[in-house]
Order: sequence, then structure tokens, then C-alpha cells
Amino acid sequence: MLCERCHERAATVHVTKIVNGEKTGYHLCEQCAKEQGEIMNPFIAGNAFDFNKLLSGLLNMESSPGYTPTQVNQLRCSTCGMTYNQFTQLGRFGCPDCYDNFASRLEPLLRRIQTGNSHSGKVPTKSGEKIQQQRRLEALRRELQKAVAEENFERAAELRDEIRTLEQNAGE
Amino acid sequence: MSLSDFLQRAMSRWMRDGGPDDDIVISSRIRVARNIQGYPFPILQTDSHATEVIQLVEQAMSTMSVNQLGNYEMVRCRDLSPLDRQVLVEKHLISPDLAQQDKHGAVVLRDDELVSIMVNEEDHIRIQCILPGMRLKESWQLATSIDDALESKLTYAFHEKYGYLTACPTNVGTGIRASVMMHLPGLALSGSIQRLLSAVSQVGLAVRGIYGEGSESYGNLFQVSNQITLGETEEEIIDNLQSVVAQLIGHERNAREQLLQRNRVQLEDRVSRSFGILAYARRMDSRETLERLSDVRLGIDLGIIQGVSAGILKELMISTQPAFLQKYFNRELSASERDIRRAALIRERLRQDDTEVHG
Ligand SMILES: [Zn+2]
Ligand SMILES: [Zn+2]
Repeated sequence: MLCERCHERAATVHVTKIVNGEKTGYHLCEQCAKEQGEIMNPFIAGNAFDFNKLLSGLLNMESSPGYTPTQVNQLRCSTCGMTYNQFTQLGRFGCPDCYDNFASRLEPLLRRIQTGNSHSGKVPTKSGEKIQQQRRLEALRRELQKAVAEENFERAAELRDEIRTLEQNAGE
Repeated sequence: MSLSDFLQRAMSRWMRDGGPDDDIVISSRIRVARNIQGYPFPILQTDSHATEVIQLVEQAMSTMSVNQLGNYEMVRCRDLSPLDRQVLVEKHLISPDLAQQDKHGAVVLRDDELVSIMVNEEDHIRIQCILPGMRLKESWQLATSIDDALESKLTYAFHEKYGYLTACPTNVGTGIRASVMMHLPGLALSGSIQRLLSAVSQVGLAVRGIYGEGSESYGNLFQVSNQITLGETEEEIIDNLQSVVAQLIGHERNAREQLLQRNRVQLEDRVSRSFGILAYARRMDSRETLERLSDVRLGIDLGIIQGVSAGILKELMISTQPAFLQKYFNRELSASERDIRRAALIRERLRQDDTEVHG
């Protein structure tokens, strides 16, 4: 096979790297192996293995006649066809819908690798209109509680009106 | 072409210019990952998906709102030679993974190279802004304004609960990776670096050497970046990183001060020897180059070496890498030929400055 880095010379060296606890290997020509050894790339060492090869290997395995699914109701994304097993091997989802289709398995995973399980940052202007409104409503409700607690009833009445208008808009 | 002309043309602005705390902080980088709704992630992309994604990005790039943010040019990886792609990797403008995506990948570069947008890398879109010195907030401002401008034309894959959806769940939510490249020779010489860096990794940040193999880091260059992308806002992520970096800067300054007070002669000897080697050696490998450059930069920062521009570390750490050397000497070079040419380039570069070593 050809070297996976330069795609020019024959691959004679097999390099194994452990990235994020995952062992990955790739085939390099002698020169590229030297260059890679000489200096590490200035980016976090990516999973440089060949996704297509891995994927096709997985797909072949499933379509081969001797293959019997180990799990009958194996989790699969209905949009892109990726199975949860494939995801765990690749570490990458196949499409945006994978998040909903694998939601049951995703939550514990997110708890391990992230601090929370819901987004609190930036929201896109177009597709995020609903969320922006929700966040605005939540903020107004918090402010209302505070106004009531402080017996600032004039402000509370204003806030109540504002919340009602927003809720009506959302309902339409 | 003369070396100074070549470097003038080849250096991105982050390599030439300075910035706040640039005696310790080399650069501040923000990378934002986005995907387009309705398309599989690049890992499952067909040729036509990839082309459509590239066209969508190209259209979005040609809008007024984007053009107000600079002059951009898009190029597909397949239209770049492997050497040119490697030069972009060495300049930190694209990732090694994108350099290998010769079928589906593309890159958008702003003319000053402070902004690069990778298309069809791990995600459809990765906006990257890199500024010299400690300028994370400014870098984020730039990235988010380009993101907004693109979003006016594109529909992003966004989830009410999980935020911006990315191919890898380690990027989901904000999709942001903020990283600061630091030069920490004082902490390395005083032996406290490992303890400090492991403390940093306890607070949800990742630290790694920029160059080197395994746990070794050549040239005392480190990158500190956030690991968490979901559950915190972009501002919280950046503030957290910034405060940790500020502490590291404080420790590094202290370490340098202590070294000067306690081991002045050894320090002067070390940086002067390294300067001498860089100025006269006939063969230099990458590792020694980075280590000597680190010493010389420390000598400059502490006033021991004068007349050499402080930018020498940044400039030479990039321009002495394999693809850059082959670009400058305009031919393919074996590893041992590179060592000879590298030494020649360094000697020539140092002759341009009017140097004095004080002692
Ligand atoms: Zn090769
Ligand atoms: Zn899917």
C-alpha cells in the first residue's frame, strides 16, 4: 500500500500512536516516518487512521454471510445508518441526528467528558430563536421573583405583562 | 529571493507581530467548530456531499457581511501540492488531518493569515483565529463575528439542549477550543514545570508540548487549552483559561527572576553558548534548533543578549521546519541535507541583526 501521509511512496513502516486512550496505527514510508519522528505536528495529534477503511471494514463485517448480530435491537441512527458500536470505535458521530438517536447512551458519556449536559453558550440567530426566547423568559421570571421578594410590586406588574406577551408570542 | 524577502512573504502576522505578555505568551488561538444542518459529518461524506458543503461555505464567504471582515480566499486541498499543504500545517493554519483530506478538504485564508477556516476536516467548518500575545478575548471576538456572518447564510446543526452539534462529542455545545501557546523556559530550568502543568490539567484544561515526542517537549513550548465545551459559556471557558494562563505567567516571571539572582553566571553561560552555536553551527536538527532558540529567547528577555529581535524564536521555529526549508531552498531535501540547510538559514538570519552579548 501507499504511504498514508505523502501518498507517493510505498508504506514500509507501521506507526502506532495512543491518542485519547485509543490505539491507532498507520502506514508510512520511511521518509515520512522519519519526518514525523523528527517533529510532532503543531496540532493535537489527530486520529490519523483511515476512517473509510475502518468503516468499510465494519460494514463488510455486517454484510458477510457468517455475521450474526450480537445484539438484536442494536442502536442505530435512522438518518445516517451509523450504529452505536461504530460510534464507539470511531469516536465520531455520523450526522447531527445521531445525538437524538443515541440520546439514551449519550447522557452518561457527556457526564464523563463534559461538565454539564446542556448548552449555555452562544445561540445561532436563525435556528436559535426559540432558545433565545426561552432564555429571555427564564431571566424575566427570575427577575419577577426578585421583585416580588423585594415587594417592588410596580416592577413586578411590568414584568408580569412582559412575560405574558412573550408567552403569547411563543404560543402562536 | 533573499532570506528577508522570503520570510517577509512567508510569515503570517501572528509570527511577525507582538502582543500583550509576548515575552511568555506566543499566541492566542480560538477555534470554533460548526456543521451544516442536513448533511452527514465529513466522516460519512460522499464526494457530492463534500462538494456541496464547500459550495455552501464559498457562497456564504462571498456575502457582504463576511467581506467586511477581511479579504478571503478559498482553495481546495487537492489544488495544493503536498508540500504547500505541509507549509500550511507548519504555519499552524491547517491541521495535519486536513492536509491529508486531499479529496474533500478545503481551506479559506484571510490575506493576513490571522483567520483560517478549515472545511470538511472533522467538522464541516472550523473557524480559527490566531493572534500574537495574550489576546484570547480579541481572538474570540473575531471568531464569533465571522461565525455570525457565515450563519446569516448557512443553517447550522444546532440542538436546543446540546448546542452546536459536532462530529465528536468532546466538542459539542459551544464547539470552542481556546488555546494559548506559552514559552516557559524559567519553569523548565527551575524544575517546577511538571508539577505546575499537572496542576493545570486538574482544573479541566489540557496541556501539551507543541513540538516533541511523547512526554518530551522541545524548546519549552507548551499549549494550554480548554477541554470542556458543554455546560459553560464561551466567556466562562475563556475567563477560566485566561486566569490560569495569568498564573502561569506570574510563576514563569518569578522563576526567571530567581534564576537571575541565584544562577546568573550559569544562565549567562547557557544562553550565550546557545547563541554561539546557532550563529556558527553547520548542522542543526529540529530538536537542537528549538532548544537553542528557547535559550536565546530567554537571553533576549532577560537582557543578556541584545540586538537580536525577540521575534526570532517564533520566526525560526516555523521557518526551520522541513516543508518550509524545502520551500525556501526550492527543492526536496533529505533529513541530513535539511540539517545543513537549517544551520545555514539560521546563520543567515542571525547575521541580519546587530548582535551584542553582554556579560
Ligand atoms: Zn510518505
Ligand atoms: Zn446519524
